[in-house]
Amino acid sequence: MTDIAAAPAAEVVVAHAGRSGELTSWRLLLRRPTFFVGALILLFWVVCALFSGAIEPHDPLAQQLLATNQAPSGAHWFGTDQLGRDMLSRVIAGSRTILLIAPLATLLGTVAGTAIGLLMGYLGGVVDILVSRIVEAVLALPLVIVAFLFVVALGPSPPVIIVVVGFVFTPLIARTVRSAVLVESQLDYLSSARLLGERALRIMFVEILPNVLPTILVEFTVRLGYAIFTVATLSFLGFGVQPPTPDWGAEIATNYGVLPAGYWWMTLFPALAIASLVIAINLVTDSIEQVLAS
Amino acid sequence: MATYFLKRLALALVTLWLLSMIVFFAGQVLPGDPGRSILGPLAAPSAVAVLDHQLGVDKPLLSQYGSWISGLLHGNMGTSYQFRLPVEPFIQAALVNSVKLAALAFVIVVPLGILGGIIAALNVGRATDRIISVAGLSAATVPEFVSGIVVIIVFAVALKVLPVSASAGAGASAGSQLDHLILPAIPLILVLFGYIARMARAGMIEALDSDYARTATLKGLKRSVVIRRHLLRNALLPTITVIATQTGYLIGGLVVVETLFNYQGIGNLIYKAAQGKDFPMLEAGVLTIGVVYMVATLIADMLYTVLNPRLRLGGNA
Repeated sequence: MTDIAAAPAAEVVVAHAGRSGELTSWRLLLRRPTFFVGALILLFWVVCALFSGAIEPHDPLAQQLLATNQAPSGAHWFGTDQLGRDMLSRVIAGSRTILLIAPLATLLGTVAGTAIGLLMGYLGGVVDILVSRIVEAVLALPLVIVAFLFVVALGPSPPVIIVVVGFVFTPLIARTVRSAVLVESQLDYLSSARLLGERALRIMFVEILPNVLPTILVEFTVRLGYAIFTVATLSFLGFGVQPPTPDWGAEIATNYGVLPAGYWWMTLFPALAIASLVIAINLVTDSIEQVLAS
Repeated sequence: MATYFLKRLALALVTLWLLSMIVFFAGQVLPGDPGRSILGPLAAPSAVAVLDHQLGVDKPLLSQYGSWISGLLHGNMGTSYQFRLPVEPFIQAALVNSVKLAALAFVIVVPLGILGGIIAALNVGRATDRIISVAGLSAATVPEFVSGIVVIIVFAVALKVLPVSASAGAGASAGSQLDHLILPAIPLILVLFGYIARMARAGMIEALDSDYARTATLKGLKRSVVIRRHLLRNALLPTITVIATQTGYLIGGLVVVETLFNYQGIGNLIYKAAQGKDFPMLEAGVLTIGVVYMVATLIADMLYTVLNPRLRLGGNA
């Protein structure tokens, strides 16, 4: 009974797969509740970042010195901070900095890491040994500390944070790409390419790169989550986005000192914003990994 | 096996040397003029030059690196710009505090993570498995200061059952110290749980799938006996490596947690040094963390080899 019922459905899937493999991947993804929830939250924050000026109920920078430290109420849903700024508006506006810096840093790390990983995996030998040692040395330190060391030395500004976080992620991504390339270099199409006399650079970037692209895509989404983790942490430590620009990590840094006095709303809402964003990205990443693995 | 260990040790030393270059580069080359950054923008150029000369930063880079390294090898990690005192006592005291906090987190999270991973593996593909895996990984990606804020609000501000600050004050009893360390340990536990559970789960699934597990089941052993006697030790081997690698991560997390809870550990020390542009202190702290991590990984590698008969008897693999 179940077999008969399942048969037509299977045919449909096969038919679709024939036309476009991507389409079925999308369907598989959308059928996962974790992906759906994650994507929805992510979309929410992207909309906030893009249209924050239109959504914010108040000016996130406007100080109302007669309405400082107000608990959440009808007028200020998330309360006000120590300078009387509307927390809801600051949380909405805070999505901009992190959603700009973290993806750019991840992109930089992915591009550089892919290039280095291709070189290490394909050329092997001395290049591989040398770069592997450097990679391991960088990895011997907690990422946050390396990032923090360089940001302190160079001074905090969004371009510096993007470059430093991108640089910190480069070895990790390079290592993953390297192992993917090593698997590829066992395959026949590469020896054919070599026999045809193709140049090494062409083999790496035209022959191998498209085949390791799925690995790189997963790596990008995984690292994006960590980039948000790192960028938010740098902000919290005071080495990220500088005040008065609204930023979730910086918001928590300026206001956690008044937590014992009972002013919980100034830190709780930015904290929940960060948590929801990283969890959303994690849900999406997890679903993509599961679908690619199946 | 001796050759393997020697090789591993040599590689660790090379990595350590590279690490020292990275730390030196970030700490002494990038910041530019230390004399200027200590004395501020209004100081006379002659005063800056005198201080630079005293600090030795007007010498060529290579000789600066040389004297820094030879100092390190003689146990002299430099003089703090802020305190004008040798940095070692600061590092030592801070390291002891950090170890206390990290040890508490570890003692709780290792059994918990392994248990979570095993429960997930025994229910693979079912709701329990998905919940443990997704919740664990989600907890692992939330920054420590975020979960730290949430636990402070819940336990210290709303319920008022635990103190906000991590420091119990001088001469506090062990029990009181423990009370103060519970809240700071929670964010570290949350981050580590996901990784450990994930590895334990993967190891357990592999073991459950193995021939010897089937043999043990087929010869009529009870499931609990199969798991306890035959599967656990094989399943947990890879987890040891992960736990060691996470030691390094744990110390990174300490910077944030110690700052949030105002605890005088190595993380807080590095943070204060960075704020005060106290580069000798910063370098010494970061290098100490690097060394702790290298030693932890080295021990894990050796433990893994010793515990794994295939590698132990396999000769010079």
